[in-house]
Amino acid sequence: MVIYGVALLAFCYLVGQVVGEYLGIWLGVEANVGGVGFAMLLLIVINSWLEKQGKLDTLTQSGIQFWNQMYIPIIVAMASTQNVKLAVSSGAVALLAGALPVAVCYFMIPYLTKAFKPSTEQ
Amino acid sequence: MEILLKFLEKNGLVVAFLVVGLMIFGADNVSKRLLNKKVPTPAVAIVFGLLLAYVGGTISGGEKGIADVKLFSGMGQLGGSMFRDFAIVSTAFGASILLMKKSGVVGAISLLIGTILSFCLGVFVAFGLGIRDAVSLTTIGAGACTYIVGPVTGAAIGASSEVIALSIATGVVKATVVAIATPLLAKRIGLDNPHTAMVFGGIMGTNAGVMAGLAATDPKLVPYGALTATFYTGLGCLLCPSVFYLIIRTIV
Repeated sequence: MVIYGVALLAFCYLVGQVVGEYLGIWLGVEANVGGVGFAMLLLIVINSWLEKQGKLDTLTQSGIQFWNQMYIPIIVAMASTQNVKLAVSSGAVALLAGALPVAVCYFMIPYLTKAFKPSTEQ
Repeated sequence: MEILLKFLEKNGLVVAFLVVGLMIFGADNVSKRLLNKKVPTPAVAIVFGLLLAYVGGTISGGEKGIADVKLFSGMGQLGGSMFRDFAIVSTAFGASILLMKKSGVVGAISLLIGTILSFCLGVFVAFGLGIRDAVSLTTIGAGACTYIVGPVTGAAIGASSEVIALSIATGVVKATVVAIATPLLAKRIGLDNPHTAMVFGGIMGTNAGVMAGLAATDPKLVPYGALTATFYTGLGCLLCPSVFYLIIRTIV
């Protein structure tokens, strides 16, 4: 059933986010540390386990796939709720301090990627 | 008219589904007919979104883009962090844990480099433009990490509200630049595989920017970038008000 997929996704989301919340508190940080990342890893692990058990039917999968497909529309909605006006009208400090790191970081990416090629063993 | 407006407001989330659907339909047409598919539909749609956010901010004078215009308040729900993170977690479905494991180390290294680099450059720019006190420098440097690290750091070390606002603006500029520039620069920096996507997510870190940028470049890369980026804000909130602040205070 479709709801099984959605519920599975909800379970992973909630567990991951809670772990991220507690990790943040434990580190003394006012932010969620890696919640989405933990949730993603959990989903991958449970997903492959269920697949091996043969318990993942197409309807269950489509409950997750739906949200997967909704991702871009949600990002578009998110983009439309950013404080773009502040970003555009905030003067040289914000514009430069926001843009310069991005430019330098782009420049770094090819070097980092090359320096740490993924290990080919396994 | 008033009844209709009230009705649409009450059904905000459903209105948002329709609005975003229309935006993507428009973006799809622009991408295919005007731009010869050179700029992918999601990239066009995200630029539309940012434009709409600017219009919304101008009309309402608020902070949440178009969501501050009552008719479109549902966009705030649809684009809020709950739905966003929920949908992003779902992208892990079908991602390869093997690839994630292989690039785990470089992901962690790029996180650290990204945080340090963004912070230092932010401080450097602020210093260059005449800001001299350690608290303000640190807060703006933190804003150059993400627009969450900035205010969290500023609040922790006692920055003034103007400086905190400035650090948020810095972070928003960063997210916007990443969202727009990534699909344009993707080829040049070799951003077409999960390994590079993990480096990208770690080094840029700004969640909204990374996710929008990757979605516009190649949706298949989203889970890999999101996996590393999700640690960035936490790492920034950890380092900026502590280690980085102490270092800046010693130097200045």
